Amino acid sequence: MTTTAVRKDGPAAVTPPPTIGGHARTYLSRVRGGDVGALPAVLGLIVLCTVFAVMRPSSFLSAGNFANLFTQGAAVTLIAMGLVFVLLLGEIDLSAGFASGVCAAVLANVVTVLGYPWWVAVLAAIATGLVIGTTLGMLVAKIGIPSFVVTLAGFLAFQGIVLMLMKEGTNISVRDEVLVAISNRNLSPALGWAFAVLAVAGYAAVQLLRHRKRVARGLITDPIAVVALRIVGLAVILGTAVYVLNLERSRNVLISSLKGVPIVVPIIAMLLVIWTFVLQRTSYGRHIYAVGGNREAARRAGIEVDRIRISVFVICSSMAAVGGIVAASRANSVDPNTGGSNVLLYAVGAAVIGGTSLFGGKGRVFDAVLGGAVVAVIDNGMGLMGYSAGVKYVVTGVVLMLAASVDAFSRRRATATGTR
Amino acid sequence: MSATPLLELRGIDKSFGPVQVLRDVALTVHPGEVTALVGDNGAGKSTLVKCISGIHPTDAGEVLFNGEPVHIGSPRDAAALGIEVVYQDLALCDNLDIVQNMFLGREKRSGIVLDEPTMEQLAAETLAGLSVRTVTSLRQHVSSLSGGQRQTVAIAKAVLWNSKLVILDEPTAALGVAQTAQVLELVRRLADNGLAVVLISHNMNDVFAVSDRIAALYLGQMVAQVKTTDITHAQVVELITAGRSGALGLTTETGSNGDGTQPADSIPGGLR
Repeated sequence: MTTTAVRKDGPAAVTPPPTIGGHARTYLSRVRGGDVGALPAVLGLIVLCTVFAVMRPSSFLSAGNFANLFTQGAAVTLIAMGLVFVLLLGEIDLSAGFASGVCAAVLANVVTVLGYPWWVAVLAAIATGLVIGTTLGMLVAKIGIPSFVVTLAGFLAFQGIVLMLMKEGTNISVRDEVLVAISNRNLSPALGWAFAVLAVAGYAAVQLLRHRKRVARGLITDPIAVVALRIVGLAVILGTAVYVLNLERSRNVLISSLKGVPIVVPIIAMLLVIWTFVLQRTSYGRHIYAVGGNREAARRAGIEVDRIRISVFVICSSMAAVGGIVAASRANSVDPNTGGSNVLLYAVGAAVIGGTSLFGGKGRVFDAVLGGAVVAVIDNGMGLMGYSAGVKYVVTGVVLMLAASVDAFSRRRATATGTR
Repeated sequence: MSATPLLELRGIDKSFGPVQVLRDVALTVHPGEVTALVGDNGAGKSTLVKCISGIHPTDAGEVLFNGEPVHIGSPRDAAALGIEVVYQDLALCDNLDIVQNMFLGREKRSGIVLDEPTMEQLAAETLAGLSVRTVTSLRQHVSSLSGGQRQTVAIAKAVLWNSKLVILDEPTAALGVAQTAQVLELVRRLADNGLAVVLISHNMNDVFAVSDRIAALYLGQMVAQVKTTDITHAQVVELITAGRSGALGLTTETGSNGDGTQPADSIPGGLR
């Protein structure tokens, strides 16, 4: 700062010190301005849970069903987490479902047919995802075909590849102990608690450290009470969840005990933390948002737009691979329809319901988890109420439509209030 | 006035295929001054700016920066020299906040983690240095800013990097009266802070309000570069539309104009 003759008279903006009331007011005005964030998904989740709890109190509210929700929603949530990256650029990946199928088929072939250890199969599956993503990304970014078309073609082609890998329609079982454990075994109760404590402590440390750093520099911060409230909130939610999951949910304890946090939960949580860190705390993540917001501005700022565009497809397909592995584990097998039927639409739905915009530039990895929960609750609750698959699809479709309307509406609202 | 100009262009030629857009263009830009670059649509203003900022290579001619001959082959070269361009369409990301936009592509990091507090502090200091008081929060999304505020952010972004030369392409084209005044004040302040400023504008009022020198392009040729105090509004318009005004401007024209009036208004500082 030499040429601009900077005067050290504090921040340009002189704002009153924040209070809890002020914080709430800012949030309300943001919501009114169209930045609804996770609000619709949270409200939706509460409404759905209340409805199902009232209609089917004994089955929906049981600890066993709560655990089921996680394993049922896991694959879709993981695929949705990858899709968030593609959606952030305003692109779409319609092939993510069958990409997960291809990766699952590779996994099953390597571990069962060829007899390699589980980790070789997992690496092979993820490598397959990387290759698929690179190919899709190259076609979109370098050749310049719209992602809708590229991935629609991929959708069809990958469906064919799964069929070929499955030797025309048979299914391959997955019996490896470790692979089966991912979706079917649980952490011991003590480990579950340790995991929850670690998560809360880590979150608290990050939040408090950031708060202290900002205060030390005289920057505007959220009031400490709000920070504390967030930490306590997380502790309550995680504590309740772990407590319920640690309840005995076996029908007959004498035959086998069934309790603890499903292993897939910490896997999702870890990926959530990693990808959130990448998006929010690294310049790579910042550049993804920039390209999604204004590609030309990003290019002029010296960001390598093509590289970013390819990379999000790589991330998406790799996460689809992880989703495929989890799906294979849950079913104990891979068949030609793994990753097919409703998987892709549920995953896109999860991301959008959670609050990720289809127009690009807005979204978080957490949206996928939140939306994934909504989708899993609908699927699970409707099943318990004895509705047919047909009704489930219709309801999920309607919810996706609602979410997309909220997205479009809040965008309109934001432009209306943004250009005051 | 400083002895060596910050930027000096000599004999710049540029063609796009058969179309010669710039012909033997010379331009000098001094630190601490606002140089207005005027010219009609298609006169070559934008092309000249793109040559200076490294987007287009030149066909011929030399560029001197601080008296040293330099080669500007890419926008990165230009940025390394301290040349920043504020484009007409601003090139801001609506979905990012002010700090994020100002540091876009050049984020401060500690390790692999973004150093948000440092960036926010630097952004605040830069805005304060430009005496910008219109922005309420640095963490506001750019989508919620007015046109003038956006222009301010774009300009602040350009001066954040120890830049020596800031080129502004029609910064007031889309603004209202009050906002135009605000931005012009900011442009003047940049020069007063010691930067060299090139202002492209169609608006003669803006040009006469802030510029120290006026450089007029006519069909790809630099027809005059004069001090603003030495020229009138009408003369600039003539230079823009006809390429000559009295003693100023093109002299080797086809000779259709009567030259009787030439000695009457001899203007000091008139070039070429």
